[in-house]
Amino acid sequence: MAGTAMTATFLAVLAGASLLAVTARRLRPNDRLPSLEGWALADRSLGPLWTWVLLGGTIFTAYTFTAVPGLAYGNGAPAFFAVPYTVLVCPLVFVLLARLWTVARRHGYITVADFVRGRYGSAPLALVVALTGILATMPYLALQLLGIRAVLTAGGMYPRGATGDLMMVALFAGLAVATYRHGLRAPTVISALKAVAVFVSLTAVTWLVLVRLGGPGAVFEGAAQRLGSPALLLSPAHQPAYATLALGSALALLMYPHVLTAGFASDGSRTLRKTAVALPAWTGLLALFGFLGIAALAVGVRAPEGAAEAAVPMLVDRLMPGPLAGLVFGAITVGALVPAAVMSIAAATSFVRNVYVEYVHPTATPKRQVRVAKLVSLTAKVGAVAFVFGLRDQDAVNLQLLGGVWILQIFPAVAVGLYTRWLHPRALLAGWGVGMVAGTFLVVRDGFSPIVPLGTDAGPLEIYVGLVALLLNLTVAVAGSVALERLRVPRGADLTDLPPRLTVRRRPETGANNP
Amino acid sequence: MPGRAHTRPALITPARVVIALCLVAPFVAMLWVGSYARTDPALMGIPFFYWYQLLWVLLSTVLTMIAYQLWRRDRRARRSGGAAK
Repeated sequence: MAGTAMTATFLAVLAGASLLAVTARRLRPNDRLPSLEGWALADRSLGPLWTWVLLGGTIFTAYTFTAVPGLAYGNGAPAFFAVPYTVLVCPLVFVLLARLWTVARRHGYITVADFVRGRYGSAPLALVVALTGILATMPYLALQLLGIRAVLTAGGMYPRGATGDLMMVALFAGLAVATYRHGLRAPTVISALKAVAVFVSLTAVTWLVLVRLGGPGAVFEGAAQRLGSPALLLSPAHQPAYATLALGSALALLMYPHVLTAGFASDGSRTLRKTAVALPAWTGLLALFGFLGIAALAVGVRAPEGAAEAAVPMLVDRLMPGPLAGLVFGAITVGALVPAAVMSIAAATSFVRNVYVEYVHPTATPKRQVRVAKLVSLTAKVGAVAFVFGLRDQDAVNLQLLGGVWILQIFPAVAVGLYTRWLHPRALLAGWGVGMVAGTFLVVRDGFSPIVPLGTDAGPLEIYVGLVALLLNLTVAVAGSVALERLRVPRGADLTDLPPRLTVRRRPETGANNP
Repeated sequence: MPGRAHTRPALITPARVVIALCLVAPFVAMLWVGSYARTDPALMGIPFFYWYQLLWVLLSTVLTMIAYQLWRRDRRARRSGGAAK
């Protein structure tokens, strides 16, 4: 059960987060009039350190920190696909996000759908990009709450019945108010606390686990005995799934609105590239979490049936001194608040920019846009809470899995569009549709499995569904573009100053050659 | 593709090739799962599979840092080149 010291530290971390949230207004303040750029992107003012904590804190959600060790505890080696996945994110941030930032800044784009709208001159394409983003983000938002609940319940910190639920609603309401008032600045300042709390507590926990269990060798040996030796190693049959999950997830991550929002908030493409250098530190942290899942096996923690994510909190509760355990639980809880806030901001911004202003109220003033965005961000959070209490946990997990497959379908429009305009917007729309339908079908058909067996002569090859759908999507987009080009179907104007083709000599990004 | 471009020599420079290699290397290493899905050689009792991936966390940091430095130098060179025109 929860000791006093543990509860005290836990509450201290939460209190620290609340205090920080109040000071959010002071982060790079300016006296400009209210604008969506100010609310949703903190006026694009974050330097390398802030970008690192915010981007890292947004990408590495509390759900990641509970799901990965849970998977390691339950399945062993396959869980570690998260390491290559997040390693690959860094070069992608370096190349794609930095380039996207430059275009976005130059043209005042706040969402990625703004970019698509400008690049292809196609309102329907921008709309599906925005809606896909919102759709994929919502279950992810709900999962953050589930992550908190799972961790706190397993650690004995979640009061039974209505008290616990009320506590969580109160915590979330506090966050909602801070986000409402200060926009992205709120999660940014909280993410600094998240980074400190998570890095300190994880290092301490890992060190203690190693000391208690007698070194990493003993941990792996113990776990191998419990799980059966091969489970700690990937069999050749599992390798394609491992690689494609890593690649597909990395490509998908950069398309999520919350990651793009955190990226757009930085103060330069140079800042983003610098951040990409330091992002792997977060991956190291995730690997430590995975290692703790294996340690939980070695110690012989018995997580309840179907709740493998409880294993590491139980391990922490069992092995760690009270204050440290409280710090871990506090860190994970705060860890959920950062991505949850960024997600609600990103979803709200997409809605305002690409649905509300585009279709409902084209002449909305910046002030009104901010007001609507604030209300939508509140709605998104209320929706997430309702989701958590109204639906089974497994539904959120399943929807998040689908969300990953869906969000990957905007990759051609966004990432390819950064380099060439050759793909026709209508072909991209068709490709998106095919990818969405095929991806959803493949996931649901196998009872919500992320991998699909493709029959070959040598036996079934298991591949991540998202990547299969993306390949179909790209095929349709390319074939469609060829056909539409031949039919001379007109396309919208390009409002960006990106080169239309990859082969054209690029202008220096510094603009030195510009008049 | 860059190779098809008949452009000024400035488009593909050795520095840019190195940048590209630094950024592509993690993809090759991490997606070639067969190269590291082994137990041996173990390091301090950690199976190869695990410590090799952790090693790549460090390597990718170093590689991205190299890419960043080269990119900055490249940009500075182009900026001064552009100003000279």
